[in-house]
Amino acid sequence: MQWGSVSEFVAMGGYGLYVWTSFGVTAFGMLWEVFALRRRHALALSRTYESRYDQCEKS
Amino acid sequence: MNQLGMFAALREIIRRDLLLAMRRRSDVLTTVLFFLLVASLFPLGVGPEPAVLRTIAPGVLWVAALLSCLLSLGRLFTADYVDGVLEQMLLIPQPLSVLVIGKVTAHWLISGLPVVLLSPLLGLQFGLSGEALGVLTLSLLLGTPTLSFIGAIGAALTLGVRGSSVLIALLVLPLFIPVLIFGAGAVSSSASGIGAGAHLALLGAGLLLALVLAPWATATSLRIALE
Amino acid sequence: MMGLARINWFKYSSPQAFYPLAGRLMPWCAATAILLIGMGLYLGFFVAPTDFQQGQSYRIIFVHVPAAWMSMFLYVIMAIWAGLGLGLNARPSFMMAQAIAPTGALFTFLALVTGAMWGKPTWGAWWVWDARLTSELILLFLYGGVMLLRTSIDDSRRADRAGAVFALVGVVNVPIIYFSVRWWNTLHQGASVSMTAAPKMAATMLTAMLVMTLGFWMYSLAVILARMRCVILEREEQASWGTHPSHQDALEVH
Repeated sequence: MQWGSVSEFVAMGGYGLYVWTSFGVTAFGMLWEVFALRRRHALALSRTYESRYDQCEKS
Repeated sequence: MNQLGMFAALREIIRRDLLLAMRRRSDVLTTVLFFLLVASLFPLGVGPEPAVLRTIAPGVLWVAALLSCLLSLGRLFTADYVDGVLEQMLLIPQPLSVLVIGKVTAHWLISGLPVVLLSPLLGLQFGLSGEALGVLTLSLLLGTPTLSFIGAIGAALTLGVRGSSVLIALLVLPLFIPVLIFGAGAVSSSASGIGAGAHLALLGAGLLLALVLAPWATATSLRIALE
Repeated sequence: MMGLARINWFKYSSPQAFYPLAGRLMPWCAATAILLIGMGLYLGFFVAPTDFQQGQSYRIIFVHVPAAWMSMFLYVIMAIWAGLGLGLNARPSFMMAQAIAPTGALFTFLALVTGAMWGKPTWGAWWVWDARLTSELILLFLYGGVMLLRTSIDDSRRADRAGAVFALVGVVNVPIIYFSVRWWNTLHQGASVSMTAAPKMAATMLTAMLVMTLGFWMYSLAVILARMRCVILEREEQASWGTHPSHQDALEVH
């Protein structure tokens, strides 16, 4: 374990801002993509069920 | 049209497009004026200091030429598309690529060649001299047809699409970048004494590559747009 | 391995069969991704040593390089599916290309942001016009073009094929662009600034980077499969307006 303390870990030898922004933005981007897809899938599913229901009603 | 061989068909298409352009001379003038205008904006934005202008001249003049080509691409296929003539052209016995080469050549003669011919004058305005002026003209002579060929792909892909003028720019400008780099690089190399030979050779190679590949891609895109 | 050869892969080329398959594969890819990324982060922060020249800031490569690598890899894969679509006239291939583009664009954007974050402490500037970053920027424009072209064209068949042509034109141009940008870079700056001048990599650093790359790859697979499912649903819904699909053809949705 090369980090003396948690504060050392966060500080990253003075580069903390750059390192954590990088990892943070990456994590945010990937999580955002996942959540956006879940929403898109839910929307697409509900539309599919709706149109199937309408078609059953007609036939 | 059916009896014509490929070169005769090519000549016919160029002749037709040039004739149509002659009747609307504003097209040539618009492109030329735009080129002059864009180039003039930079000294107004950057300041008149000769040393600065001489440094930025290759890039500025090349970008201005590039944007002029971009602007004129909208006209390449649209008139014929709207008239329904383009659909008829799909039915000719000669390969569609030949038609594309013809139209692009005519387009370059109308929009690209005037830019090439005017460039030495603008180069002087920016303080370029002697050999650099010659290299500028030569680089544009080799580069602007390449830009027209590449741009034709974008024009064909966005035929009739709403918002196509901006879309064409987004599609085509990234593809223009290598031509820009070697074109402007030729002039700055010559100005700084390194010699423009390699750049010009690459521009020539780029033109050949575009001549071989782009018409085929454009023809494919036209078919996709017109099905 | 022989078992794989006996599966009739072509039956999965229809959306009806692909949808549940993708649904089953997705959780495995996601779980593997989480595992690999977790391992990569651990290796990157707790095993890889401090760099002699760059201190702790070099650790950004553990996201920058995987993101950049994925951005380029995904573009090529997208172009391959686009080419298959045009060559075989197969709609599912176009759908696959459509599903890949947004993820590729995201990684391109992340590569640029993390590249800037790395550049600032290392070279003092938020943006360096070096060959790799500049090419990455142009790649973002190419992804944007593919996606915008598709959304601008209403007819889905034309949109598919136009997007595919542009993706192929782009992929041919990427090496040309990279070569020309490298030339431009050495011409104007000398070879001083280069992202490829990464720190001499200790084995642990390399391992961490590779593990992260594999993790990003698994993540991409999971996300693309998920998006593919959305695309399948959306297209079927569009196609079924005014028609009555028989019950056998209807997609089994869960």
